[in-house]
Parts: sequence; structure tokens; C-alpha cells
Amino acid sequence: MIQAIGRRSIAAIEAVGRVGHFVMDMTRALSDLGVWARLLIGQMRRIGVDSLPVALFIAAFTGVVLALQASYTFTGAVPLYFVGTLVGKTMMLELGPVLTGLALAGRVGASMAAELGTMKVTEQVDALETLAYDPQSYLVVPRVLAATLMFPVIVAFAIATGIVTGWLTSLALLDLSTPDFLKGLKLFYLFKDIWFGLLKSASFGCTIALVGCIVGLSTRGGAEGVGRSTTRAVVYSAIFILVLDAFWAVVLL
Amino acid sequence: MIEFQDLYKAFDGKQVLRGFELKIRDAETVVIIGYSGSGKSVALKHIVGLLHPDAGDVIVDGQAVSTLDRGGLTQLRQGIGYVFQFAALFDSMSVAENLELGLRRRGLGDEEIEERVREALALVDLSGTGDRMPAELSGGMRKRVGIARAIALRPRYILYDEPTTGLDPVTSAVIDRLMVRTREHLRVTGVMVTHDMRSAYTVGDRIAMLYEGRVRQVGTPEEIQQTEDPVVRQFIEGRPE
Repeated sequence: MIQAIGRRSIAAIEAVGRVGHFVMDMTRALSDLGVWARLLIGQMRRIGVDSLPVALFIAAFTGVVLALQASYTFTGAVPLYFVGTLVGKTMMLELGPVLTGLALAGRVGASMAAELGTMKVTEQVDALETLAYDPQSYLVVPRVLAATLMFPVIVAFAIATGIVTGWLTSLALLDLSTPDFLKGLKLFYLFKDIWFGLLKSASFGCTIALVGCIVGLSTRGGAEGVGRSTTRAVVYSAIFILVLDAFWAVVLL
Repeated sequence: MIEFQDLYKAFDGKQVLRGFELKIRDAETVVIIGYSGSGKSVALKHIVGLLHPDAGDVIVDGQAVSTLDRGGLTQLRQGIGYVFQFAALFDSMSVAENLELGLRRRGLGDEEIEERVREALALVDLSGTGDRMPAELSGGMRKRVGIARAIALRPRYILYDEPTTGLDPVTSAVIDRLMVRTREHLRVTGVMVTHDMRSAYTVGDRIAMLYEGRVRQVGTPEEIQQTEDPVVRQFIEGRPE
């Protein structure tokens, strides 16, 4: 029992060390601008533009549900225009960033882990190194930067979509007028609500890409190993998103 | 010149190389033969710093590879072409893009890159395949593209990791001829790892047998063919006992 705990502790410390080493290598690779800069736009398109439909689909239905649940909770106790407040605040502070993050952990994180894992087990990463490229600057930096830059953009669209569908639901199903919805939306609005959500989503993007790259590049053992890495990337990303979510709430709210 | 100096390497407690020593002189091709899992590819990967030795070192042009930093390794790798066992082509890129990638890293202009890609593909008899994707090629064609990718760099050294494994005899002979042609055209120093003896006799100026982590015997193809060492004899004759 004690031995098992010891082994797991050592493995955990080693894993932290490996991640630290990986991040240091990535930071050093930032100076290799000539390599990663021309790959950045392509990654931004893949991560950002291609992920937009999934994020907007989730946000649209979240907005509908939020408006209906708020109305259900408030009826008879709180003025109905608070539906706007709840939809706005919840989309900006929590559900916009977190639901988008979790959805994209599956889409972006899994795809990165699978792609880099396949490259690793088929020696394409070694081939890249023998061609005098640093895999950090060619594979990791453009992905991590693109995810960090594009997640806030995707989340901004998701927040806007959620608010719009919440407003449309209020108009169509709750007998709430547009001025009332807007009154509620503006009531406790702070500029911090927006930047808090966007900062959080940037940290989610960075984490998802880092996890996908680290897990992908440490893949061993053929197709089965790639499968394991893909699952691991999604699970770790989801855990980190929830931990980061709590962290930012403690630090910034 | 490439020199393996008392190289040791273990994986998960299993000792693969135990004092491996070998010198490869300029402009010669040395073939390293040995059983599967004997550490041939491991030795090759130490030359370009893909693996770090537990002890000993590989000296390339007077530089100890394990002591090089990232910049030093990049410099070293720019002079070496590496042909992987399963070609390791980038499957998201076309054949031409695979060849161009290494050339762009060397800062060549578009015209020169185009010229070198055309020339390298012609040398491996694959002219006109530049636009095809690796998934559309046969195993032999993929290996030839792997060789073209290495020779397009016009390196001082070419390392071949089991270039004929898994190919039919005719395609293997085509690859062998290609490696000989590459040596004659480009005057490069070559190291090939294989357990295909026909290929070893065709391509090698010298052959070294790796056994239990060390060089068991090294000599010209004729010397190896006439060896009296029972371990080497058994291997080259392919006898089970």
C-alpha cells in the first residue's frame, strides 16, 4: 500500500517535471519565429473557424434553456426582466467559456493528440527533427498560440449567440418585451464580466492545446497508443478546464 | 567521419548497446547487420541525436553529438539525410512538399527548391509524382520518396534504416541500385542498417555485424562472406541453428 502510494507520488512528480520541461522547451521555441509564424494562420483557421459551428450550436440551445429555466425560477418571486440578467451574466461568466471549452476539448484536444500521436508512432516527428526542424516550433507553438488566440474569439461568438437565443426565447415564449430583456441584461452588467470570460477562455484554449500536444507527442505503441492518447487528452483537458474555472473564480471574482 | 565510441544504451533496464565501436570513413558506405532488436536502428538514431547515449558518444566530423545544444544539433542535421524504415513521409503533404520541407529549412530560394525536387525525383525514377499524396503510393514508391527526400538535401552523410524491409525482391533490388547510384552520383558517406544480406553485399563497402550490443566482426563483403566466425556465418547463411 505504502509502496503503491510512493510509486504514484514519484510518477506524479515526474509528470509535473516533464510538463515543466515541455513548457520551457516551448517557450524557447518561440524565438524560432521563421518556422511557426507561417503555420499560425492555418492552425487559427483549423482551431477557430472550423470549431465555430459546434460552439454556436451549443451556445444557441444553452441560451434557450437558460431563459426558460430563469423564467421558471423567477415566476411569482422576482420580476421577469431578471431573465435578461441571468442569461447575460451566466453566458458571459460561466456557461459560454466552460461549455465551449468542454466541447472543444473533445474536438480540438482529441484531434491534436490523435494527429501528433500518429506522427509520433510513424516516426514523422523524428523525420521532422532529422530535417533540422524543432518539433516544438513546428508542431507545438503554432497550435498552442492559435488555440490561445482563437478560443476567446469563439467564446465571444458563443456568448453573443446564447444571449440572442435567450432574448428570442423570452420574446416568443415568455411574453417578455425587448426593452425589458435589455433592462435586465444591463442591470448588473460590468465590463469585467466580458474580460473575465474571455481571459478564462484563453486559458482554456492554451491548456487544451498544451495537453493535446504533450499527450500526443508522448504517444507510444501504434494505433492502440494513439487511441489511448486521444482519450487521455480529452479527460485531462476536461479536468483542467474545471480546475482552471474554479481557480479564476477564486482569483478574480 | 562518423565514429561510435564505446556506446552504451539501455531501454527499460534492457541493455541494447554495450560498448559499440565503429568508424565510418568519408565516402564509404558501411552496412550494419544484426538480428532484429539487436540495436542497429538505435545506433543509427544516435548519429543524429534522436537518442541520447547512457555512456560513450558518437563523433561526427569531430563533434561529440551528445554534447551539442539545440543549435548545434540543427547544424549537424543539416548535413545528414535520414531514410526511415517505413519512409516516415508527412502524410498531410504531397510528395513534392515532403521534399521541399527540408530544403526550405536550409533557406533555399523557390527556383532552387523546385530544381532540386525535380532532380531528386528523377534520380529515384519518380518524375511526375510530385503532386501525389503518400497514401496513393505503393510501399516501394514511398521508400524511394524517402530516399529522394534525403538526397534532395545534398547531404554529406546518408543514413538508411532498413530500406528494403518488407519489399519484394525486385523492388528491393531497385532500392539497392538506387543507393549505389546515390553514392556514386553524390559521393556521400553512407550508413545502412539491414538484415537483408543481398542488399548488404550490393551496397556496402564494409559490413559490420552487431551482436549482443557490440561489433562482432567488420570487414569487406568478401571478408564477411568468407568468415569463420560461427555467429556471423549463421546469420549470413540464415541458418536457424
